[in-house]
Amino acid sequence: MSAPEKAGAAGAAQAAAAAGRPPVSDGPVIEVEHLTRKFNGFIAVDDVSFTVGRKEIFGFLGPNGAGKTTTINMLCTLLKPTSGRATLNGFDVASQQDAVRQSIGIVFQDPTLDDQLTARENLQFHAMLYNVPPAEREQRARRVLEMVGLTDRAGDRVEAYSGGMKRRLEIARGLMHYPHVLFLDEPTLGLDPQTRSAIWEHVHELRAEYDITVFLTTHYMEEAENCDRIAIIDTGKIVALDTPGTLKHGVGGDIITLRSTDAVTTLAELKEKFDLEALVKPELADTSGPAGDRIYVEVPNGRTLLPQILKGLTTEILSVAVREPTLDDVFLNLTGRQIREESVDKMDAMKARVRRRRSQGGAGH
Amino acid sequence: MKRFRAVYIIWLRDLKRHFRDRARILGSLATPIIFVFILGQGLGSSIGGNLSAAGASIDYKTFMFPGILGMTVLFAGVFASVSIVWDREFGFLKEMLVAPVPSWSIALGKVVSGATIASFQGCLMLVLAPFAGVSLSPLIIAELIPTLFLVAFSMTGLGVLVASRLKSMQGFQMIMNFIMMPMFFLSGAMFPLSNAPVWMDTLAKIDPLTYGVDALRAIMLSGVPSRYAFTTDIGLLALICAGMLMIAISTFSRQS
Repeated sequence: MSAPEKAGAAGAAQAAAAAGRPPVSDGPVIEVEHLTRKFNGFIAVDDVSFTVGRKEIFGFLGPNGAGKTTTINMLCTLLKPTSGRATLNGFDVASQQDAVRQSIGIVFQDPTLDDQLTARENLQFHAMLYNVPPAEREQRARRVLEMVGLTDRAGDRVEAYSGGMKRRLEIARGLMHYPHVLFLDEPTLGLDPQTRSAIWEHVHELRAEYDITVFLTTHYMEEAENCDRIAIIDTGKIVALDTPGTLKHGVGGDIITLRSTDAVTTLAELKEKFDLEALVKPELADTSGPAGDRIYVEVPNGRTLLPQILKGLTTEILSVAVREPTLDDVFLNLTGRQIREESVDKMDAMKARVRRRRSQGGAGH
Repeated sequence: MKRFRAVYIIWLRDLKRHFRDRARILGSLATPIIFVFILGQGLGSSIGGNLSAAGASIDYKTFMFPGILGMTVLFAGVFASVSIVWDREFGFLKEMLVAPVPSWSIALGKVVSGATIASFQGCLMLVLAPFAGVSLSPLIIAELIPTLFLVAFSMTGLGVLVASRLKSMQGFQMIMNFIMMPMFFLSGAMFPLSNAPVWMDTLAKIDPLTYGVDALRAIMLSGVPSRYAFTTDIGLLALICAGMLMIAISTFSRQS
């Protein structure tokens, strides 16, 4: 960081204090205890407890419908918990709504911009709603626009923006009132890979620059690697919570996948000769390869064990692969299921269609 | 006073949007112009030009003009408040709902901005008054503007009330057919209610726009005796206004 930038950042911190940014309390910035939310008997979030520390990037990972958005909505005061409690920056989400709202910035899954206004006007409007002093609005808007690379387009109406630009603008807007926590609900949903990685760059940058905690949800396993800690959530419950590294380590070393002509015998031999519990996962099959059942096994040290396994098996092995575990494997290991990417992608496509239709309707209106 | 800040912000945003859309401002004048100059002219000619309303004889176009002014404000007010449904569909409502402002101030902001827009549209219509045989003096205009605002406020309150319950734009057609059209036709905007059958007279009495049109007519057409005393009209309008506002705010707050 160059000297003037440093000065700028320090100035911004002072400005934050002047703007009545809610005071920093000690301890974790988010504390959740036995949080539960039911909808007509259906339990969307089931007795969830966790804490998030300051300046942490905390990820909520799980398939669609796992309860991620419901949790965010409760933490953002949009939804009342059925039971349990949560505090944000020391304020109770159920009883101190305004203080919580002033402490957070939110980027929802669906855009919440006014597309008839320009980017700068959207930011101005947000600043007014969040009590940012008039004298500072202009300068803050300039700064956040620059960060997300939209300075040149600031005067354009949002309806002319692409999906990625809108998302970046929403992130910028969420920062206008210098929140303590920025919530990002599926920040990269429906975006192309290049834009997705740009969004992640912004997230890391803003943590460094704004001294902010980021709480995000995603169902993209590879993206969750960007988080400091991850809570894996499935059917409303947290099934694991740790750093990505520890979670992957917990899988048990490496993943060996074998394809054999006789899965039953192979499984029995693995158990008998190597004491390994293997799984048959037809859906893991690489459809381009030769036919045969895909066998999935976790081993402490794949590279040294593999030659012995191959020597010891009597069945014909068609193909073999060793790799380090991914968060996909962690999820598979914990729930016995995979996060089904293909169904998720279909959902994304549908959402994108709905958005397109909406924006066309908007132009007509 | 801090609580009312959001009202101002929402008002400012809606006005910005409205005045940016020149085509819509002019387009929304098309319907009233057609009513006054085509329907008014056509109907007027076929009844021999003049209408005898409660003893006085008056050119039909002239009789109709205050009614169409009421219609303009009704339509503009309800349309403006239905922007809540657009905001919900496009997500912007969520941005307001998660902001550290009370939700009643959002509803109030919507009513105030809608009323401002509707009154403005009504004032635009006044340019056409001379062509309909209505002569305006500064005094008449000074009386008209607050009355228009009062009518606009009630109509927008009704609009916000309905829009809070509306989940999508699809329901809007229903509102047109079942609320706005009956309100317009029963208000006495198009014909005098003096000869109306009992059922129609009863419905007209519960139609808020009836008092609005009656008041506007009392101000603009001095020769025509009005249905109610001017103070009765204004008093009832003020009551309706306050009532609509309260119901609209509580409905909106409960919905969100």
